[in-house]
Amino acid sequence: MTKDSTTKSGYSRREALRLMAAGGIACFAAPNLLGKPAFADTANPTGRVVVGLSQEPTVFNPLMAHIEVDDAVHFSVFDALFRMDPKGVLQPNLAAEVPTQKNGGISEDGLKWRIRLRDDVRWHDGEPFTAEDVKFTLELITNPKFRAWRTGGHSLVRDIKVVSPTEITWRMEEAFAPYLSFLAETFIVPKHILEKEADPNAAAFNQAPVGTGAFKWAQRVAGDHLELVANPQYFGEGPYIERLVFKYIPDMTVLYTQFKSGDIDLADQAYITADHYEEASKLPGRVVTLEPGASLESIYLNLEKPQFKDPAVRKALYAAMDRNAIIDAIYFGVGTLTETFMPKESYYYNPNLPAQEFNLDLARKILDEAGWVPGPDGIRAKDGVRLSFANATTAGNNLREQVQQFLQQTFAEIGVEMTISNLPAAVMWGEFWLKSQFDSAIAGVTYLIAADPDATNRLHTSAIGAKGGKGSNTAQYSNPEVDALLEKGARTFDPEERRAIYNRVQEIVRQDLPFLPLFAYTNVVGRKEGLEGFEPNANTRTASWKAAAWRWQS
Amino acid sequence: MRGFLLNRLSQSLVLLLIVSVIGFVVLNLIPGGPLAQFGLDPGMTQADLDRLKEQLGLNRPLWMQYLDWAWRLVQGDWGHSFRDGAPVLDVIGRHLVATLLLMGSSTVIAIAIGTWIGIRGATHRYSIFDYLATVGAMVALSIPTFWFGLVGIYVFSLRLGWLPAGNMYTIGDGSALNYLHHLIMPSIVLALVHVAIWSRYMRTATLDVISQEFVKTARAKGLSERRILMKHVVGNALLPMITLAGMQLPSVLTGALVTETVFTWPGMGRLFLDSLGYSDYPVVMGLLMFSAILVVLCNLIADIVVAIIDPRIRLS
Repeated sequence: MTKDSTTKSGYSRREALRLMAAGGIACFAAPNLLGKPAFADTANPTGRVVVGLSQEPTVFNPLMAHIEVDDAVHFSVFDALFRMDPKGVLQPNLAAEVPTQKNGGISEDGLKWRIRLRDDVRWHDGEPFTAEDVKFTLELITNPKFRAWRTGGHSLVRDIKVVSPTEITWRMEEAFAPYLSFLAETFIVPKHILEKEADPNAAAFNQAPVGTGAFKWAQRVAGDHLELVANPQYFGEGPYIERLVFKYIPDMTVLYTQFKSGDIDLADQAYITADHYEEASKLPGRVVTLEPGASLESIYLNLEKPQFKDPAVRKALYAAMDRNAIIDAIYFGVGTLTETFMPKESYYYNPNLPAQEFNLDLARKILDEAGWVPGPDGIRAKDGVRLSFANATTAGNNLREQVQQFLQQTFAEIGVEMTISNLPAAVMWGEFWLKSQFDSAIAGVTYLIAADPDATNRLHTSAIGAKGGKGSNTAQYSNPEVDALLEKGARTFDPEERRAIYNRVQEIVRQDLPFLPLFAYTNVVGRKEGLEGFEPNANTRTASWKAAAWRWQS
Repeated sequence: MRGFLLNRLSQSLVLLLIVSVIGFVVLNLIPGGPLAQFGLDPGMTQADLDRLKEQLGLNRPLWMQYLDWAWRLVQGDWGHSFRDGAPVLDVIGRHLVATLLLMGSSTVIAIAIGTWIGIRGATHRYSIFDYLATVGAMVALSIPTFWFGLVGIYVFSLRLGWLPAGNMYTIGDGSALNYLHHLIMPSIVLALVHVAIWSRYMRTATLDVISQEFVKTARAKGLSERRILMKHVVGNALLPMITLAGMQLPSVLTGALVTETVFTWPGMGRLFLDSLGYSDYPVVMGLLMFSAILVVLCNLIADIVVAIIDPRIRLS
């Protein structure tokens, strides 16, 4: 029934299918039993958990343009139709089942969708949740007056029909398999509150949201913290804690100090910095673990720059990167070697890519053979192009700055000049990045949305912003075969077929090297001893994705 | 007096206009902009960013954006924050209380101690106390505040456990005592620099007064040093300090960026830094105008107060 669900390497396909089939049947037969298992002793949630965040959550309407840090609040106050579990498997949330082609939720051509919803969900103000709310949510996202977050996928939805309070159907303009994952990051908002607002951008709801989630809005002290309280009527597991507090601590060192001093119980985004890992792991009364993240730290190359058009240059630069030394000496061993943009935990990860080897002789040989000859200043050149480029990243990120200095030296050894030119974050990630105004840049980039392998936004030719494209292909990478594969992958619902497609995409990208992978992110997550029920999830952007399950050891 | 006030007010309006134009233009010239924060989101496409730009009115010519903003400001509408959609005045108001608490307490400490050190330093010139005060002030002014802050946290929070490492209060305990407990370290750290400034100014002002003829006369009359100091010196030495206070008052209200960051104090300084980081134009412009208005007002008030206290000065 679930051949379109994304799975990760932790499950074999058969296991995953069996699991989901069981889940689906259970949901279909008795939706109101789901999520309230025998252990749901939530009559008396007790205690408080203070979560430290290095940025301040400010956008509480989950459909409005927001940044990662707001997710911590959205996941606690709201629910989506589905949730992506730590294994990368879609689980029903407000929906009673995950629709598939097998269970008839999605038509064979992928165009007609039908979602069955739970019948036991209530908004925090007591109103029942129905299919009307889902319809309203999907329509609000594409309302041209509404300052919506991303509209990808949603803009393909047509003819939304509410069949009954627990069933909704729509038609897709074209088959788009990743939409299922997109919906896992689309939180449903209450129609009965927002429909009364003349301007949804300025609704009171946006400052004090009403959701269906495990926690209800309590109060916000701007610039300091916000507080949520347990929703005892929650339809799912938990909540077991009475109060959930998100505390804003802008400085990473101060965040760590407060974790150390016990002022915060859990360090969420941007976690504990690598340089504090060793000390943190020895702190008494704290549990500090390394958890895989979804981002890839890499050196982005602007392929429209003449020096990077030659694949030999990209290969030589990659061979001249001592990645082990970078991870060990600069990142204190926190970070995992990888050859691809796909997280290792993903079902779609290709393990058979050639491993990079640090070899300066090889790098020199590649450049020699490609005709890049050292000039009088020792810097190579070919056809009037000097092998020199600038590298940019966010100013003030001392670890990245050390990587730059390290690479500058090793690149110089092969006759390549790299200059360092850093910018403040607010400048770096603006048009400079999006419109590919850089020569090369160090960035931590996430390619997937809720674990779906589709990377069209980052790798398709039509996504080059600098050329009027609609996505964020800032390396200006263009390969017709990759384009065709990405298009096919987005139309394909079968995970096995998709795996073959995305494995091939990874092969080609590894060969073309539009970016030079440094390492896959590893987050240093710290929490107080005794906080139970915590489960990391590389498929969401927040460690607080399931605070409903947290509890203090009694 | 009325002529003076009208003159100063008209000058102030021109000044505010210039500040607003320069601020608006410079802010908008900085590359990046409010949408840069979404640059790394995997699903946020160029198309989405273009749409948001249009919805926020950022695609209009700069002069049009400025006129629109200025016209609204004149009508009392300071705009809405790009980050959380709240009215700018509300956003500033929320942070003002925290700043008042921190800056108010540190200013009281600074004035009390700084004035005393300054007077004592001047009356005991070249004594050990005076040398120590001079060196101490140099140290306090040379070492960055965050260093004092971090040392304070290390010693008093992590090692001794006497004082909290930061925050305005313990979440869940809103008692006055709890606020006070949290206030001690940041306000002392912040006061260090201000004590240094106040003591130096006060020392110079006191020395100035001591060398005046009327002090010599008083001494010749046989008045005790203590009486001369209290009756003739301190009052006169404090006069220039009123102007200094007038100049420092705006900074009291606009916050202390570094201290607020180190002690996670949710005040105006941090608001300014955050808003700048996110290119939240309405809030940055709001803070800029708020600060400019305060500078103008405080200077005006200081001038008036000095004129009232000191009959030698006439506002004409």
